[in-house]
Amino acid sequence: MACDALMVNELINSDSVGIVAPQVAYFDEPLQLICGRDLPSYELVYETYGELNQQRSNGVLICHALSGNHHAAGYHSTDSKKAGWWNECIGPGKPIDTNHFFVVSLNNLGGCHGSTGPNTINPSTGQLWGPDFPPMRTTDWVQSQAKLADYLGIDCWAAVVGGSLGGMQAMRWSLEFPERIRHCIVIAAALKLSAQNLAFNEVARQAIESDPDFFGGAYQDHEKVPARGLALARMIGHITYLSDDAMANKFGRDLRSGSLDRGDTAGAEFQVQTYLRYQGSQFSGNFDANTYILMTHALDYFDLTLQYDNDPVAAFRNAQCSFFVVSFSTDWRFSPVRSREIVNALIAADRPVSYAEIEANEGHDAFLMPIPRYLDVFRAYMQRVAEID
Amino acid sequence: MRLDLSHIQRWIAPGSRVLDLGCGDGVFLEFLRDQRQVRGTGLEIDQDYITAAISRGLNVVEQNMDEGLSNFPDHSFDTVVLALALQAVNYPDRVLEEMLRIGREGIVTFPNFGHWRCRLMLGIRGHMPVSGFMPHTWYNTPNIHFCTVNDFEDLCRDKGIRILARNTVGNTRRPPILSRKWPNLFATTAIYRITR
Repeated sequence: MACDALMVNELINSDSVGIVAPQVAYFDEPLQLICGRDLPSYELVYETYGELNQQRSNGVLICHALSGNHHAAGYHSTDSKKAGWWNECIGPGKPIDTNHFFVVSLNNLGGCHGSTGPNTINPSTGQLWGPDFPPMRTTDWVQSQAKLADYLGIDCWAAVVGGSLGGMQAMRWSLEFPERIRHCIVIAAALKLSAQNLAFNEVARQAIESDPDFFGGAYQDHEKVPARGLALARMIGHITYLSDDAMANKFGRDLRSGSLDRGDTAGAEFQVQTYLRYQGSQFSGNFDANTYILMTHALDYFDLTLQYDNDPVAAFRNAQCSFFVVSFSTDWRFSPVRSREIVNALIAADRPVSYAEIEANEGHDAFLMPIPRYLDVFRAYMQRVAEID
Repeated sequence: MRLDLSHIQRWIAPGSRVLDLGCGDGVFLEFLRDQRQVRGTGLEIDQDYITAAISRGLNVVEQNMDEGLSNFPDHSFDTVVLALALQAVNYPDRVLEEMLRIGREGIVTFPNFGHWRCRLMLGIRGHMPVSGFMPHTWYNTPNIHFCTVNDFEDLCRDKGIRILARNTVGNTRRPPILSRKWPNLFATTAIYRITR
């Protein structure tokens, strides 16, 4: 009890949004999907931080990345050790300041943290959707997020914000609903995936699909989980999220066990091996394999320019909002070059844009990290978003 | 406001589009936006300046102009400003050409190395000039391409760049007539409005 009280106290006194509880929005109007099918009804799980103002003009939508979910900030209980995935950036006095903004963070359709997806029940069969869940595109997510905005009574977001795949959704928002978004904040993203990006995603899917416990995605029917495949997929992904430098700093060639001595027959295990295995097994216990496949496909199929004759300038001419683009120096998954493609297209399309390239060692994962310059410039931009809503 | 900036703001039409190369903390673009309803974009490489300019609500792009400006379309701005940065770029001639490709007009300000004090320091004392305005020593200065008023005008002639107006800032303790009449000797800062 004393320990709990201490924890609560700490939460209240800190710059955290504190204890938060997920909510559920139910939609019974069908959602037309890009794939041609529709979802007859669906649920979206979401969290909110801060208060919606009277003009309903201070809403900020957070779009999550590949393996993200609705729990972006705060804690689910006094005993939860882990804060939401973007706790560094969302909270009182933080870049996305909950003293000012009403922040909405949801689990996307197809996810595995409560929103309608492969491991929820398909009402027409009474069975789990499993591999039959329709494929999702970022446009589908944006359409469903717009329904959530309607549900919450938000006509126009002060900002739509996302990193990585989340940044792609933010850009899609600027084109799908130009009049419903004032600022688009795109962090460590790209206009589309490169062949190398596609290749990594394919290896990740192959890892899952070749797990004997996968059963073509119907693993739940067999009461199995393709844990090894999912762990392997995560390990591959994780390598692409870190930079060479970050791995060198964190692990180097340090050994976890054994030795490299002459005559040592047992062999040695490097720290980086242990770390990756731990990450993989943690992930496979918390994430759904079908969702992972669905999310990587959504990432692969994302191409902001496809319906604009492959011309990003023509695409961005449809946007009406201001843009803030951020990249990180050692990010090789979506490198600064990819962000500059976005910025240059916006410049050529005569859209207001600011761009910062953050010096950071952490690779793609840097967008989740409390890097001082990143937080400063992000806060500076969000303050101006706040000034005019 | 810095003296060269208070001179050049008169040349910027209300409501026009301005690209400020090396916009610093954005104080000039902010002035143009608030007083002239200018739609501005700044280029900057200093991270603290970028944050400061973003705080002012300006559009600032982190970009090193030494790596080119080809991402800016032809004639996409009315005026391109290069204030006290000409001497710090790798290829001043190329930057000038790019300015006049991107903008209808360019405004350039630079410290005049032909100023009598500079000549005195180099000619008599035998040292590279150091002043309050140019406080760096030769080995750590970001200013790598110093020129004089005469040098700049020669370059414009060679490149077919038309000088629409010239203005000078001299030592405030001396009569302004000196820097107007003999800019190469008395202007501390030279200010040009140029076009093709």
